[in-house]
Amino acid sequence: MQFTKKDILDIASLSAEEITHILDTAQGMKEISLRPVKKVPTLRGKTLVLFFHEDSTRTKVSFDIAGKRLSADVIALGKSGSSMAKGETLLDTVKTLEAMQPDVLVMRHGTSGAAHFIARRLSCGVINAGDGKHAHPTQALLDMMTIREKKGCIRGLEVAIIGDIAHSRVARSNMEGLVKMGASVRVCGPPTMIPKGIEGYGVRVAPSVDAALEGADVVMMLRIQKERMGKVLFSTEREYARQFGLNAGRLALARPDALVLHPGPMNRGVEISDSVADGSQSVILEQVENGVAVRMALFYLLAGGVRHADED
Amino acid sequence: MRMKIENGHVLDPGRVDGIRDIWIREGRIEAITEPGEIKDAADEVLDAKGLVITPGLIDMHVHLREPGQEYKETIETGCRAAVRGGFTAVCCMPNTRPVNDNAGITAFIVSRAREVNLARVYPVAAITAGLSGTQLNEYADLKAAGAIALSDDGMPVANAQVMRRAMEYAKAFGLLLISHCEDHTLAGDGVMNEGETATRLGLSGISNLSESIVVEREIGLAEWTGSRIHIAHVSTRESVRAIREAKKRGVQVTAETAPHYFTLTDVAVGMYDTAAKMNPPLRSEADREAIREGLRDGTLDCIATDHAPHAPMEKDAPFDDAPNGILGLETSLGLSLALVHEGLLSLGDLVRLMSKNPARILGLSNDLVPGAPADLTVMDTEAVWTVDPSDFASLSRNTPFGGWKLKGRAVATLVGGRVVFRDC
Repeated sequence: MQFTKKDILDIASLSAEEITHILDTAQGMKEISLRPVKKVPTLRGKTLVLFFHEDSTRTKVSFDIAGKRLSADVIALGKSGSSMAKGETLLDTVKTLEAMQPDVLVMRHGTSGAAHFIARRLSCGVINAGDGKHAHPTQALLDMMTIREKKGCIRGLEVAIIGDIAHSRVARSNMEGLVKMGASVRVCGPPTMIPKGIEGYGVRVAPSVDAALEGADVVMMLRIQKERMGKVLFSTEREYARQFGLNAGRLALARPDALVLHPGPMNRGVEISDSVADGSQSVILEQVENGVAVRMALFYLLAGGVRHADED
Repeated sequence: MRMKIENGHVLDPGRVDGIRDIWIREGRIEAITEPGEIKDAADEVLDAKGLVITPGLIDMHVHLREPGQEYKETIETGCRAAVRGGFTAVCCMPNTRPVNDNAGITAFIVSRAREVNLARVYPVAAITAGLSGTQLNEYADLKAAGAIALSDDGMPVANAQVMRRAMEYAKAFGLLLISHCEDHTLAGDGVMNEGETATRLGLSGISNLSESIVVEREIGLAEWTGSRIHIAHVSTRESVRAIREAKKRGVQVTAETAPHYFTLTDVAVGMYDTAAKMNPPLRSEADREAIREGLRDGTLDCIATDHAPHAPMEKDAPFDDAPNGILGLETSLGLSLALVHEGLLSLGDLVRLMSKNPARILGLSNDLVPGAPADLTVMDTEAVWTVDPSDFASLSRNTPFGGWKLKGRAVATLVGGRVVFRDC
C-alpha cells in the first residue's frame, strides 16, 4: 500500500490497514538488528531530531538506535539542554529546529495535544513519542507487533489492560489500536483510575482484576506512576500490590498461554511481581526489541523517500 | 436637538409592544407615540421600519482588561465591541492588573469610560483584597467610587466563612455579590469538561460538581444570612436545578448563563481547539439542554457573555497552556436570537434576559418611559450575517464562532440619546 501520512501522532488517526502496513514493515526491519553489522544505508543523508521534553530512557534510546541503524543523522536534545530552559516557547523552539531542515522531528512532551499542536505548524514529519496522557502511538504499535508475533493475529483476542487507565497514554493508544484491530479489551483498576466516558473506546470495564484476567489471552500491566502517589488515587503501594497487582496466583486465572506485557519502567512488587515479570509468559523484553523495529519502520515510512500523496 | 426613531417595533415587555415612534430630546425619551401621532419636525430621523427597538442591552459580565492588560482589550475597544453588539451598558470584572479592589482603580475605570463615552461601564469590584479570599475590601469606598457589585470572579472565595461575612458586610452598603462558583480542589488541574472528549484527548477534566457544589453553598449562605446572591455563568444541569429549587423556597438568588453554554458542548474542543477553552468549560448535551430549559422557565435570569479577550499568541498554545475565555460582546445577540428563531423564547423573553433582568438585578432602571435616558438598542432580528473575527471591534479574536452564520444583529445603539453605533 501507499503510506501517505506526514505524521504519526496517535493511533486514532491510523486505519487498520495502515497499522498492519507499519507492523509488516517493522517485521521486515527486525532482522537488521540481528546482523553482525547492524546498519543499512536506507536513510543516509536524512536528519532526525529527537526532542524529549520529559525524561525517558527506553523510548529515547530506541528512537536513537532505530535512526542510526538506518544511517540517518540523529540529534537528541532534552528540555534542560534546549533554549526552552531560557523561556522560549514550545512553538518557537520547534520552529527553530525545523529551520535546520530535519526530515522527522520526534517529540515527547508532558502536555496532551503537544504533538498535534506542533505538527499542524511544521512541514516536516512529526512522530509523537508520548504527549501527556493522550497518546503513545509507537508504544501501542510495538505492543501490537509483539502480540501479533506471539499470537499470529490480534483479531479475536481477549486483552486485559490493568492499572491507572486515567493517566496512561499507553492505555489510550492500546485501547484505540487493539479495538481497531479486532481484539476485545477489558480494563480494570481502582475506580479512581478509570476515567469518565471510557466506554467510548469500545472497551469493557471489568468489576475486578480477577474478572479482567479470567480467560485473557493478553495481560497488559500499566506502571503506577510514582509522581502521582500524592494525588490520593489509592492508599498505599502495599494495598495496591495486593488488590491490583499481577502475581503468579492471579495470572493463573488467565489462559495458560496468556502473554504478559508491561511498557516499563516496572515497579517490581507493586503492579507486577518478580516471578511474573521474569516468568515464561512475560514478553517484556521482546517489547523493547520490537520497539526498535517499529521505530525503524516509521522512520523509513516517513523519511524513506516514499512520496507523500500531497506532493503529487 | 430632537431625534425621532420612527415606525419601529418598540418592545419593552409588559410596557409597550408595537409599532411606535420614539421622540428623544436632551438625551432622554420625550415621548413614545403611535406612528405619526406627533407631526413635529425632528433634527434627525432614524427610519426603523422592520426593526425592533428595545431598552438597551446590558452585559453584566465582561472583562475589559484595563488597567494592566491593554494588549488584550482596553476600555475603549471593549466599549466599541459592546455598542456594536447592541449593549448600552457593561459590568466589568475586577481581575485587572492591579486588581480592582480599591476606590482608586474603580474611579480610574469610571473616568476612562467617561472619556471613551460609548457604553456605560459599571465596575464590579473585588470581594477580597487582591482576590486573596481572605481580607474584605472597603465596600463603602468602592461603592462611592462607582462600584455596582462585588465579585472575586475567577478566583472565587474558597473559605465559606469569608463568603458569609462578605455577604453580611455587603448588606450594610446594599452591594450585590456575584459568585463565580468553582471548587478549586475539585477542579484540580482540569482544563475542560470531565467526560468522553476529555478522556479521549487525555486532558484533565473539570466535573460538573466543582461548580454545583459551590452554587449549593452560596444558596445556603444567602438563605442563612438573608442576603442576595447572583450566580455567574451557570454551565451545569445540577446548578440549574439547585437555583430552581432555591428560588421556589424564596432564596434571593439570581443567575446568568452565557451564549456558549446554550450553544455549544464540549465536543467543540475537537482536536485541542483553544478557542473552545473557557472556565467554566463547555459541558455535555444534557447540560446544554438544562441551560436552555433554565432560560425558558425563568430559573436563569439573564444572558451575560463573560467576554474574555486574549491575544492570539496566548491562545496559540497547547491546550493546557492556553488561557481560559472567549469573546462575547459581538456575537451574543446573534447567538441569543437563535433561541427566539427556534421558538424556545419569545422576543420579549429575550429582552428580559438581556436587558430588563440585568437592570433589575443591578438596581438600574431602563424602562422605556418619558424622562428616562434614551439607552436603546435597535436590532434587525432577521438579518443573516457571518461572524468574521478579523472585523471585530475588540482588540482580540478569540471566538469559537468564526465563520458562523447568525440571524439577527444590532444595527444601532443609543446611549443617553447619542447614536454610538449605527449600521442601518
